[in-house]
Amino acid sequence: MKRIENKGTPRSHAVVWEQDISSYEDIILARQKVKSLMQGMGFSLLAQTRVITAVSELARNIVIHAGGGGKMSVSEASRTDKRSGLKCIFEDSGPGIEDIEKAMQAGFSTSNSLGLGLGGAKKLCNEFQIESVSGKGTSITIIEWLP
Amino acid sequence: MGEVTILKIGKNVIVPIQTELHDHAARKLQMDILNRIEKTGAEGLIIDVSSVSIIDSFLGRLLVETAKMAKLMGTETVLSGMKKEVVLTLIHLGLTMKNLRTALNIEDALILLESLKGKIHEKKEYRRPCGGGGAEYPSYKY
Ligand SMILES: Nc1ncnc2c1ncn2[C@@H]1O[C@H](COP(=O)(O)OP(=O)(O)OP(=O)(O)O)[C@@H](O)[C@H]1O
Ligand SMILES: [Mg+2]
Repeated sequence: MKRIENKGTPRSHAVVWEQDISSYEDIILARQKVKSLMQGMGFSLLAQTRVITAVSELARNIVIHAGGGGKMSVSEASRTDKRSGLKCIFEDSGPGIEDIEKAMQAGFSTSNSLGLGLGGAKKLCNEFQIESVSGKGTSITIIEWLP
Repeated sequence: MGEVTILKIGKNVIVPIQTELHDHAARKLQMDILNRIEKTGAEGLIIDVSSVSIIDSFLGRLLVETAKMAKLMGTETVLSGMKKEVVLTLIHLGLTMKNLRTALNIEDALILLESLKGKIHEKKEYRRPCGGGGAEYPSYKY
């Protein structure tokens, strides 16, 4: 597991939103919730759009690749240098990803899709962290910092 | 979640997407659009996404696919009104919407469709009907 290590250690905060992700409607709900939280925190429209797109990709991956058994939890994040941000964790107990590096590559898909979701989500957010155990599940954390 | 209204204005089918579509709804909309094109024999299709706040890989791919299908039916598609944040995000995501014609708004999309028709029907020249600087589309000579 890679630790987040730039410019100050992130501190943990209480979860402000938590939901199951098992249907396509849940993807919309997750997007709307993260959008309104980001709006409230003062993120730019571009940051909101980038992060919500990442949320959409990661939530859809749970619905499609993890048998729909997962959840998203959202909390605020802060660093010792006083910057604060938003953190979303996507956890599922699906089959896991065997070769993470391969799965992150654009064009790799086991579902005959474009294979843009995972790699794209990483590019769309400030921080991206993935852990996956074959047969057990996957956990992905994204963080976006306020400027 | 409301239904998307599919309009037929003149020879074009116009689809302003004004609600957030989940994946099944987006697929259904694709079928509805193709059905409508088939029934009406529309020459052009405009999908307006000016109220759409995100286009992810699913919706992006679906839009590109819809345009391809419409083309196979003889209908040209223009995607109008993409927000700049959405465009930037699509670039980050690595989703190129190449082969998909785009326009700033529905009005420009209509002009673009007209000019395409001109090309297809081998008209010599097409003049932009609305004034504003006297912009002129290139003439197509054969
Ligand atoms: N939560 C998950 N559980 C198990 N496997 C996953 C999960 N997320 C992604 N994967 C695997 O990683 C691959 C790449 O994911 P990615 O989101 O990049 O592409 P995709 O979902 O196949 O296509 P796209 O997202 O472009 O429609 C998937 O095909 C799948 O095999
Ligand atoms: Mg995906």
